[in-house]
Amino acid sequence: MKVTRKDVETVAVLSRLEMDEAAMDKFTGQFNAILDYVDMLSKVDTEGVEPTAHVLNLKNVMRTDEVKPSLSRDQALSNAPEQEDGYFKVPKIIDN
Amino acid sequence: MELYKLTAHELQQKLQTKEVTAVEVAEAVYNRIDAVENKVQAFISLTKDRALEQARRVDEKIKTNTALSPLAGIPGALKDNICVQGTKTTCASQILENFVPPYDATVTEKLVDADTVVVGKANMDEFAMGSSTENSAFKVSRNPWDTDTVPGGSSGGSAAAVASGEAIWALGSDTGGSIRLPAAYCGVVGLKPTYGRVSRYGLVAYASSLDQIGPITRDVTDCALVMNAIAGYDHRDSTSINTPVPDYTKSLVKDIGGLKIGLPKEYFVAGMDPEVEKAVYAAIEQLKALGADYKEVSMPHTEYALATYYMVATAEASSNLSRYVGVGFGHRGQGDDLISMATKTRTEGFGDEVRRRIMLGNYALSSGYYDAYYLKALKVRTLIKRDFDKAFEDVDVLVAPIAPTTAFKIGEKVNDPLAMYLQDVCTVPVNLAGVPAISLPCGFKGHLPIGLQIIGKPLGETTVLQAAYAFEQSNDYHKRLAPLGGE
Amino acid sequence: MAYEVVIGLEVHTELKTKSKIFCGCSTTFGASQNTNVCPVCLGLPGVLPVFNAKVLEFAVRTGLALNCEILPFSKFDRKNYYYPDLPKNFQTSQYDLPIAVNGHLDIEVNGETRRIGITRVHMEEDAGKLVHAGSVTKSDYALVDYNRTGVPLLEIVSEPDIRSEEEAKAYLEKIKAILQYVDVSDCKMEEGSLRCDANISLRPEGATKFGTKSELKNLNSFKAVQKGLEYETLRQTDILEDGGKVIQETRSWDDAKGVTLTMRNKEQAEDYRYFPEPDLVPIVVDPVWVEEVRKNLPELPEARKARLMNDYGLSSYDAEMITTSRAMADYYDAAVAAGADAKLAANWLMGEVSRSLNNAAQSIESCPVTPEKLAGLIALIAKGTISGKIAKTVLEGMWSSGKDAAAIVQEEGLVQISNEGEIIAIVERILAANPQSVADFKAGKEKAIGFLVGQVMKETKGRANPEVVNKLLRERM
Repeated sequence: MKVTRKDVETVAVLSRLEMDEAAMDKFTGQFNAILDYVDMLSKVDTEGVEPTAHVLNLKNVMRTDEVKPSLSRDQALSNAPEQEDGYFKVPKIIDN
Repeated sequence: MELYKLTAHELQQKLQTKEVTAVEVAEAVYNRIDAVENKVQAFISLTKDRALEQARRVDEKIKTNTALSPLAGIPGALKDNICVQGTKTTCASQILENFVPPYDATVTEKLVDADTVVVGKANMDEFAMGSSTENSAFKVSRNPWDTDTVPGGSSGGSAAAVASGEAIWALGSDTGGSIRLPAAYCGVVGLKPTYGRVSRYGLVAYASSLDQIGPITRDVTDCALVMNAIAGYDHRDSTSINTPVPDYTKSLVKDIGGLKIGLPKEYFVAGMDPEVEKAVYAAIEQLKALGADYKEVSMPHTEYALATYYMVATAEASSNLSRYVGVGFGHRGQGDDLISMATKTRTEGFGDEVRRRIMLGNYALSSGYYDAYYLKALKVRTLIKRDFDKAFEDVDVLVAPIAPTTAFKIGEKVNDPLAMYLQDVCTVPVNLAGVPAISLPCGFKGHLPIGLQIIGKPLGETTVLQAAYAFEQSNDYHKRLAPLGGE
Repeated sequence: MAYEVVIGLEVHTELKTKSKIFCGCSTTFGASQNTNVCPVCLGLPGVLPVFNAKVLEFAVRTGLALNCEILPFSKFDRKNYYYPDLPKNFQTSQYDLPIAVNGHLDIEVNGETRRIGITRVHMEEDAGKLVHAGSVTKSDYALVDYNRTGVPLLEIVSEPDIRSEEEAKAYLEKIKAILQYVDVSDCKMEEGSLRCDANISLRPEGATKFGTKSELKNLNSFKAVQKGLEYETLRQTDILEDGGKVIQETRSWDDAKGVTLTMRNKEQAEDYRYFPEPDLVPIVVDPVWVEEVRKNLPELPEARKARLMNDYGLSSYDAEMITTSRAMADYYDAAVAAGADAKLAANWLMGEVSRSLNNAAQSIESCPVTPEKLAGLIALIAKGTISGKIAKTVLEGMWSSGKDAAAIVQEEGLVQISNEGEIIAIVERILAANPQSVADFKAGKEKAIGFLVGQVMKETKGRANPEVVNKLLRERM
């Protein structure tokens, strides 16, 4: 097992997800199976090969600096789970 | 003949000659939905009021002899990851169960401008992650050819709706095969356009560098008509290609004399069903008989495509989906502080497969693993793309299977993610390279359809459609109706 | 042991484009909450960014003004972290290929010029604003306003070349001056359009290896930068002198308490999972265009300072003061162009005009007395039409009424009296009324004449030419 439960826990925190013990075990197993498969990539010789982040050779796609209509505040807040005084409302913030 | 059984171009004739009205067509489709939706489960929501209003408007235009687009008044379905202002767009996820976009996707605008009639939002795998549509949070769609089997995914609802007569055409999205696989499993036509040919604005992102919207239709002619309506440059999508759109119906010619077709032998992977392989070879024989020059080509990095895909797609997805934390929109879980609220929201709101991919993507991007997984995958992606570039020096189109097997039983692969992923082995290379590819029926194994994949050069949709049309017109697979449709 | 302070600054500045970096929403400051927002900057499902060309131009202009190299191939990346002011939970920024690198700027502290390296300048989007009910830590909830989300930012990162809080302040002032000169930002720290984080570490004097640094956040004013660094220097010195070890951490400056407090340590550091932004394509700048931008750069503070010293004979100090703000320097140049004596103009600008602006809490841009009108006032002083003292009164009048100096002098009869005939009678009356002062003067008390001059000035309501009064008094004693 290259990916430990601890690794999966760390990634879960990074992903803002939580899971119970049983799910964690199942997940760790599946994670390892998938990554064992993905490890075939290490066999590929990529010496001197540039990465492809974009498949198109586009560059310099820009717009002119013009103001376009915004949403009304009601529209902006129309999907808000909670709102107050025209603001989005969220629970208290505890830094880490 | 009942109206829902007709293609868009056939219905268009009847509308133009005033043999039928758009409202009659829409009602015929809704009657069909009433009759079979409990078996097919293709839709997450129906938009009947709006659809009938659109149909009435088309009838008005017909009455006054206003010029109409070819898709005017033709009922279709949109995959539920395409935004329609004022209509729920859920991505088949609890987390977006009540999300109502305050804006239209560019394709939605274009379809509205073309006076099409949108009957509803089609089911899908949650956030387009899956190959069977079993990952929907709301329902499992069924394959109209055998309701015990999956319709494929992730655009399973779109394909099932078209195959069962619940829609004349549909839009899907394809990130690793999500249009082509369900089209193949459901015996209909599905096209993944060149990356950048159809605007992604308003398509809820799964993996941004791979996602494309495309048509799912009963035949190649309808596919060309839908492409005419949705393709084109969009200033709101920075990855949109700014070149003129050809009239795709000009490709609908049966002559493919001299067309150079290639078969990448690496696509016949271990585990390929011999009957699928046989059907694909038979299709090649048929294309040769129609005048195509055949050549076997080699694409040596094909075997790495799936692994590459799962790193690139999940990395992008992990970031694209981090906005679902219950702050500005979507489901919110209970939590006293922000982090526990966000964690609750996501844990409750996302299904297993989405969670798995988010975690896989965050793993691939996290410090210590980035080079070995994500960056490595981007480099292999370069090699895969080069395989295509090289192959297209010798041939005009590539011909390959869509999937190693025909549609599988519902529940068969749900507990084995890797086995599920392997269904995409023949479709993901196309997304990694950004090229266009079509799926169309080329035979049956028993009662289940087999899909043929025709892959083109970048912006080579015209050639792909031409080859597909010639093939289609030389057989009758596209005229067969799913058992649900044949009663 | 003596320690050397090592400081690097990260400056964030909001660019003054009309629209946001990736959407068409307005960047206007102070709009009502959640009204300058659209699906794109709200990060709604399905939206895509489109880059504002003006941001690139501003970034290149800034990079060039900071003597940077403009990278021919640049791209955007996603910086992934969760915070409710960031609707997508990633910030679109630049990671390994920023728009500009390897620059520098020179600062002057205590008469010594020091060159501070600029590591990089990159483009990114700003986050929204959180409003807390009560204090951040005690409040049960927070409210979010996304108006600022997507306002374009430049991040300017210095090399760890700064050696004191005075240098940090001078660096920041210079950055501000340059950003204003190249006209890309308002640089209003009080509105958050200029923000600063600092990395600070200590090392024994003469050492070459860097010590462990702490990162200071929440330095919201020039004063906070200086005080925060001062505090942090003392804190780290204390630790080191006690034989302890500084731990790598992020600390926040508490302005009210005047201390820095731990925010998070190295172990809690975020893993930002940077990767190329798939929704934006690379930026490839045309070197010809870059040269055009370079050619069109305005005169920068240093060149302008040199010009004021050479052309007008201003002192280094005066020239520095005037050119620190582009608006101030523009005002000065306009006043001189309108005919004002260069030295008088410098004195008045740094003196009475600045003082009045401070009192009125106004900026030079909104000064009610135009440079041309100030030139008019200075001309009256230079010609001897009014005294310097009267001129202050006239300036006050100009400030409130907007009238010309000449008009006010005319209306209020403030013309200086230099005619001896008009003053003699008053001088004689004052001498007669103050025999003691006259005696004192005659006894050699030079100071006594000052009192007598004052009396004459009082009598003439300040209008008498003090030189003439002086002369007449002396003649008669």
